[in-house]
Amino acid sequence: MKTPILRRLAVLAALGLALALCLAVSPAALADEAAAPPTPESNSEAIALVQSHADYVWTLVAAFLVFLMQAGFAMVETGLTRAKNAVNICMKNLMDFSAGSLAYWAVGFGIMFGVSSTGWFGASGFFFSDFATEQDPWVFAFWMFQVVFAATAATIVSGAMAERTKFSSYLMYSVFISAFVYPVFGSWAWGGLYKGGGWLEGMGFIDFAGSTVVHSVGGWAALAGAVVLGPRLGRYGKDGKPRAMPGHNLVLATLGVFLLWFGWFGFNPGSTTAASKDIALIAVNTNLAAAAGATAAMIAAWLFLKKPDATMMLNGALAGLVGITAGCANVSPTSAVIIGLVAGTLVVFSVLCFDRIKVDDPVGAISVHGVCGAWGTFAAGLFNGEGTSAAILGVQLLGIAAAFVWTFGTMWVFFKIVAATVGLRVSAEEEVEGLDFHEHGNDAYAPDAFRTLPGDVTP
Amino acid sequence: MKKVECIVRPHLLEAVKTALQEVGIVGMTVSEVKGFGRQKGHTETYRGSEYKVEFLPKVKVEVALTDELVDAAVDAVLKTAKTGKFGDGKVFVSTLEEVVRIRTGERGEGAL
Repeated sequence: MKTPILRRLAVLAALGLALALCLAVSPAALADEAAAPPTPESNSEAIALVQSHADYVWTLVAAFLVFLMQAGFAMVETGLTRAKNAVNICMKNLMDFSAGSLAYWAVGFGIMFGVSSTGWFGASGFFFSDFATEQDPWVFAFWMFQVVFAATAATIVSGAMAERTKFSSYLMYSVFISAFVYPVFGSWAWGGLYKGGGWLEGMGFIDFAGSTVVHSVGGWAALAGAVVLGPRLGRYGKDGKPRAMPGHNLVLATLGVFLLWFGWFGFNPGSTTAASKDIALIAVNTNLAAAAGATAAMIAAWLFLKKPDATMMLNGALAGLVGITAGCANVSPTSAVIIGLVAGTLVVFSVLCFDRIKVDDPVGAISVHGVCGAWGTFAAGLFNGEGTSAAILGVQLLGIAAAFVWTFGTMWVFFKIVAATVGLRVSAEEEVEGLDFHEHGNDAYAPDAFRTLPGDVTP
Repeated sequence: MKKVECIVRPHLLEAVKTALQEVGIVGMTVSEVKGFGRQKGHTETYRGSEYKVEFLPKVKVEVALTDELVDAAVDAVLKTAKTGKFGDGKVFVSTLEEVVRIRTGERGEGAL
């Protein structure tokens, strides 16, 4: 440090020496390669390796984004229901993911993506049993992406059945849908993405990221649950008209919708399960449809309900997202806007309609996921970038109908059996005083002053 | 002039309110309160440790009214807030010395 100039000179001299050595050695070393400059073909192995690593990274990052949607659902459902049930709805969201993950690992994944000889269900790879350590671990990346999808379908239902469903019965439902109902339908439409193959995908059914496979399945299961449970106490007046039961925290509900919207950038673009340039269009379509959905719901609410109701705008954004999920990879951005606008309008009238026929869905899950999922699946055929035809639309309608019949049918029977045996609904007293206290012995917002701790504490 | 204070179960507030309106009460004040009577609390566990929840959530309805309305008002509360179990609450009736309507400065029964 005493003589910086000398030091710099020494460094320069060393660099010069190194350069001279390189020049002296390199002609010989490079002689072979100079004859044939590297091409994408000659480097194809290295390129494929980089591509496959990029596929892993993108698929897993997208899976982690979709996982965050669990937090989104938890906040939407908590915000749109009453404070006395906040702990219960949060724990249903935590436990349907936890119980569902285990069920999907043990059984669900094998049914959905295992080898299928009939086209109706897969039957291999339970507990990752077909994986050997020397194999490429793609199945883990793929499973991680698929388990968060299965959990999305499962968690949709907690909102529609909120504020009156027994915790233990809800856990049974979580296992049943994740191990059986969702994977069976999934195998029909998506089995071929791994080792399986289903009759519906064989017919050319378009459902890129799951308007039907995930959202309608969740939505129709929610419908079955809400129908079997019946409305919350006090939801309908003596005159039979619906009465408002406002959610206790619209700030949390809004945060939940933003988390879901963010997570959807993994849900749709991640469904490539490959790092490719396709994800740009898919992301744009996803965003535009959500924006159009919120805008259309705002306009519909303003015109028909007199004010831009916050809960309708929140439902509208989600409706747009559900709507674009099937067609996000094969429609144009303009089509995405139209799909979102229709979904956002549809959701407002669907919510009012279910209210009128006394299907009590506190968060609008049936309308958002079931109805707009069906619309999005039809729209994926209608706005198909490669053209549409009666045959394409026919297959889309068949897929929509199959999802309804299978899911509503199996779930209705399941909920009826649970209701007749261990019971599906809490007692009236429990419902009135809140599920947090009776089911969990907890209170989400307990003021410290009102709790008596054992023993005296003298400061 | 009397003041009627009723402590009732939270989910019955709507019914109590409607019944009071039907006997001619035009205004009231309500607040969320906590307390205990014969219902007592419950022992709960939190992360394995016990604690007592003695103060249970109730709603307090306060109404100021003329002497003639008191009996009808109390009956209306009894009719709507009674379930027959511990924890139905209480009604307190007391004499009011003065009432003033802030907007006009009226006093006494004219301000009710």
